Amino acid sequence: MLMAVGSLTVMGIALGGILGAAARFLAVEENPLEEELKAMLPGSQCGQCGYVGCGQAAAALARGEAPVTLCPPGGRAVAEALAKRLGVTADLSEHEEKGPEYAVIIEELCIGCTRCIKECSVDAIMGANKLMHTVIADACHGCAKCIKVCPTDAIEMRPVPMTLSNWHWAKPETEHTLH
Amino acid sequence: MKLFPIRGGIHPDYRKELASEKAIVALPLPATLYIPLQMHIGAPAEVLVNEGDLVKKGQMIARSGGAVSVPQHAPTSGRIQAITQIVAPHPSGLAQTTIVIEADGKDEWAELPEPIADPFAADTFAINERVAASGIVGMGGAAFPSAVKLSLGTLKKLDTLLLNGAECEPYLTCDDRVMREYADEIIDGARIMAHALGAPKVVIAIEQNKPQAIDIMTKAAAAFAEIAVVGVPVQYPMGSERHLVQAITGRETPARKLTADIGVVVHNVATARAVHHAVRFGRPLVSRVVTVSGGAVREPNNIEAPIGARVADLIAFCGGFEAEPASLVNGGPMMGQPLPSLDAPVVKGMSGILALTAAEINQQPASACIRCGSCVTICPCGLVPVEMAAFIRKDNFEVAARLGVMDCVSCGSCSWVCPSHIPLVQYFNYAKGMINIQERERRKNDQTRILAEAHTQRVEKAAAEKAAALAAKKAQAAAAAAAKQKDETPA
Amino acid sequence: MSFLSTHQSGPFTHQVSSVQKTMFTVLLALMPATAFNLYLFGWPAILLFTVTIGSCVAAEAVCLMLAGQPTKAALSDYSAALSGWLLAMSLPPWAPWWIGVLGAVFAIGLAKHTFGGIGQNMFNPAMVARVALLVSFPVVMTAWVMPHPLFSAGAPGLADAIAITFGGQVPDSVSAASALGYVKTELSRGIPVTQSIAHVPDLMDMALGTRAGSLGETSAVLILAGGLFLMAKRIISWHTPVAVMGSLFLMGTLFHAIDPARYTDGLFHLMSGATFLGAFFICTDYVTSPVSKKGQLIFGAGCGMLTWTIRTYAGYPEGMAFAVLLMNSLTPIIDQYTRPRAFGRTLKGEPLPLEGKL
Repeated sequence: MLMAVGSLTVMGIALGGILGAAARFLAVEENPLEEELKAMLPGSQCGQCGYVGCGQAAAALARGEAPVTLCPPGGRAVAEALAKRLGVTADLSEHEEKGPEYAVIIEELCIGCTRCIKECSVDAIMGANKLMHTVIADACHGCAKCIKVCPTDAIEMRPVPMTLSNWHWAKPETEHTLH
Repeated sequence: MKLFPIRGGIHPDYRKELASEKAIVALPLPATLYIPLQMHIGAPAEVLVNEGDLVKKGQMIARSGGAVSVPQHAPTSGRIQAITQIVAPHPSGLAQTTIVIEADGKDEWAELPEPIADPFAADTFAINERVAASGIVGMGGAAFPSAVKLSLGTLKKLDTLLLNGAECEPYLTCDDRVMREYADEIIDGARIMAHALGAPKVVIAIEQNKPQAIDIMTKAAAAFAEIAVVGVPVQYPMGSERHLVQAITGRETPARKLTADIGVVVHNVATARAVHHAVRFGRPLVSRVVTVSGGAVREPNNIEAPIGARVADLIAFCGGFEAEPASLVNGGPMMGQPLPSLDAPVVKGMSGILALTAAEINQQPASACIRCGSCVTICPCGLVPVEMAAFIRKDNFEVAARLGVMDCVSCGSCSWVCPSHIPLVQYFNYAKGMINIQERERRKNDQTRILAEAHTQRVEKAAAEKAAALAAKKAQAAAAAAAKQKDETPA
Repeated sequence: MSFLSTHQSGPFTHQVSSVQKTMFTVLLALMPATAFNLYLFGWPAILLFTVTIGSCVAAEAVCLMLAGQPTKAALSDYSAALSGWLLAMSLPPWAPWWIGVLGAVFAIGLAKHTFGGIGQNMFNPAMVARVALLVSFPVVMTAWVMPHPLFSAGAPGLADAIAITFGGQVPDSVSAASALGYVKTELSRGIPVTQSIAHVPDLMDMALGTRAGSLGETSAVLILAGGLFLMAKRIISWHTPVAVMGSLFLMGTLFHAIDPARYTDGLFHLMSGATFLGAFFICTDYVTSPVSKKGQLIFGAGCGMLTWTIRTYAGYPEGMAFAVLLMNSLTPIIDQYTRPRAFGRTLKGEPLPLEGKL
C-alpha cells in the first residue's frame, strides 16, 4: 500500500517536473495573433463589422469578443480561414442565406458627384466629376460603404448573379440516415 | 499491340443496339437556329453581328473571346432574328446569350478560307490557326478548344496522338457511326493533327464492342505505317482520357498534370473529322453527329444536325416520344447532364440526346450505406467514395479534398454500383463546386487586399503631397512676408 | 413538359442491386446449412431459431419506432433477420427461449441501434449478442448436445421440445462437449492433446456436422457451399475467408509442429468451432469490416490469429466471436491505412513524379 502510494507520488512529481521544464524550455514564441488575423481580413476598412477598421476587428477577434462571421464582404472564405486559425467552429448558416453582393450604380440617379469614388477603398468605381459613374463588378467586394455617401441613393447592392460558369450541383437531398 | 490494365471500372448494360445500325442521316434544316455564345470550356465568344444582318453558312458570327475560347459560325444562311437569352443545354436551366438565326432555306455557303493545299508542308501555327478559326472543340463531350490542345506540341515533346474512339458510354453510337462511314476523313484529320503536334505515332483506340468500326478503320489506316488501330477491352470508363492513355501506353498521368506531360495528346475521332473539314475545305464546325436514343424515343437514330437546332427538332425527327421520358439527358447516361428543356439547342459537345424511361434509369430512393465497399473496388481513380461522401455530407470539404475529391473524374461508376443507391457522384460534384467557389472567394479576397493597400498608399501619398505643398506654400508666404517687411523697414 | 428533375446529377442508369437483394442472397446462402442443422438438432433447435429471429425483427421494429423512423421500409431490408439468423446459429441448439430474446435485445438494441441503426454499428451485432450471453450465462451457453436428428429414435417430439425450449427441462443425459471444449478441458487436467484428440469426432464427422456444437459450428461443408455461392454472386470476395482460414491454419500447423502435445493441429482448428461460419459469414459482414480488399486481408488475418490465440491460451474454448469483435474495433484504423493508391498519385497522396515516365 505504502509502496503504491509512494511510487505513484514519485512518478507524479517526476512527470510533472518534466512537463514543467518542457513548457519552459521548449516554449514557442506566442504568435502575434492579432497581426495574423488582420492579414486574413480584406483590409478595406469598410466598418460593416461594427468596428472602426480591420485592425480593430482583428483585435476583437483575438480577444474572442467577435464572431468569426463578422466580416460580410469576406464571406465564407474569410470566416472559414478565421475559424480554422482560432480553432473554433464557424456557424456559416448566415453566409449561406446571403450570398456575395456587389454594388450597382443606377444611371438615371447618378449626378456625378465623385463622393463614392473617394469612398471606395478598392478603387472599384470609375467616373469623373459631372459624369456618370460605374462599378467594376470584378473589383467590388461588396462592402457597401459607397451607399452611405451617395446623396441621391443611386447605389444599390445586388447579389452576384448565378451564371453558367459559377453554377454548381446542389447537395443531394437525402433521407434521414445515410452512412 | 500490348495493352495495359486499368483499375476498377464497371460493365453497365450498353444498349447500343438501339441505334448502332442506323446510318447517319442529315436533319432537315430547321426554320430557326439558336447559337449560344458559350458551348465550350473557356471564355464566351463575342458577338460580331447585329439583329437584322444577313449571314451565310459558315460565316463567323461571334469571335473568340480569349486565349481559351472559340468563335461561332452561322450553321446556315439567313437573317439574324435576335440576340437574346435562350435556355442553355445545362443542368442549371439558366439562359445564356444566344444568336437566333432565321434560316432562308438556301443553305448558301459564305466565302470560306482557302484550303491548306499541303497540310503536311504547312507549319504547326498555320494548322492551329485554321483549327482555332474554325471553332473546333473536343467533340467527345468536354468541348475544350481543340487548337489549344493542338498547340501542346510546341511546348512538350510528344510521341503519340491517341485518337479516342472508345465510346464507352452506353447508348451512344455517334462515334461508332462516324468511324464506319467516314473512316478516311478521320484518318486524314488524325494525320494532320499528328503533324501539327509533331507526334510521330497515331493510335486509334476503339472498344471491342464495335468490331465493324475496328475493321473499317484498320483498313482505312492500312496505308499509313504510323497509324495503329487498337481494340481495347469493353470496360467503362475506358474512354476517360487518362485511363485510355494508361491502357494504351502503360503510362500513368500524374495528378494535376496533362497527358501531354507524358508525351500523349488525346483527341476524339469526330474532332479529327472536323479538323479534316477545316483544313481540306476551309469549312468551320457547323454541324455534328448526335445519337438520339433511349427507351422513350420512338425511332432512335444517329443524326447529323446543324449546331443550334433545338433538341425538340431532333426528337420530332425521330418520331417523337413513344412513352413519357423520366429523364432527358445531354450525353451518355453515365456522365451526361440532365437537359432542362426541349428548347435547348444542340451544341458542339453534345454527343447524345437520351430520353430515358424510369425502368432504364432504375432510380430508387437512397438508403443507408452498408459499407459493402463496392465503390472502393470499382473506382477507376483509386479513391474511397464511401469515405469522401461521408465527409461531404457534413460539409467538411477540407478532408474531402485531402481524400482526393478533386481527382474524381465524375465517371459515375460508384453511383451505378451502390446497392443503397446513394447519389455519390452528386456529392462529389457538389463538393467540387463548393471547393471551387471557396477558391474563387479566396482569390477575390487577396485581390481586394492588394487593391485596398494600393488605395491606402495612394491616399496617404496624396495627403503627404498635399501637406508638403501646403507647407511649401506657407514657407513661401512667410518668406514673402519677411521680404515685404524688410522692404518696408527702411521706409 | 416536365422531366424527372434536373436537381439530380447522373448516372442515369443503375446496376440492378439493392441492400434488400444483397441481404436476401446471404440468407439464401445460409439456408442449406441451417436446414440440415435444424434437422440434426430437431424441434428444440427449430423453436429457438424461430424465437431468436422473431425477437430480432421485433427488436428492430421497436428501435425504429423509438427513433421515429419509418419501420416498414427498414424492416424489409432483411438486415435484422440476418443478424438474428447468425445469432441463432451461434447459440447452443437446445438453449432456452429467453436466451434468444435476450440475444436479440443485445444484438439489435445494444449493438446496432445505439450506434444509429443499419450501417452505423461498430461491432457485429450477432457476435456482440453471443459474447454478452456467453459472459453472462456461461453454463447455459456451453450446454451442447449431441445431434438428435428429427424423427430419429430418442429425438424429442414437439411437446418435448416445447418443454426443453420454454420449460428449461434439458435432459442431463444428452449434454456433450464440443470438440474444442473437450480438448481444452482435458488439457487443463494434464492430458496432452495427442491423447484427447483421439476422443473427439474425426475430421469427416466434423466436416459433415454430426457432432456437438451450435447450429453454425457443425456442418462445415454446407457452410462452405453457402460461402462459395456468395462468392459466385459477388457478394463477398475470397480475401476475407482465405485470410481467416489461412492464418488460423498456419498458426495451428506451426505450433503443432513445435509441440504436438500442447497444440492441436491446423486442420483441427479449421474444422472445429465456428471457423467456417466465421470466415464466410461473420468476418465478411460489410458494416463492421474494412472496405478495401487489402484491408479485408489484414482484418481476416487478424481474426484468424486472434481466434487461434484465444482458443489456445484463453479461458474459453472458442474464440471466433471475441476475435471478430476485437478486429471490428480496428476496422476504422485499418480502413485509414489501406486506402488504395489514387490514380496519378503516390501512396502518400503526392502527384507522381514526371521523371522516368518517358
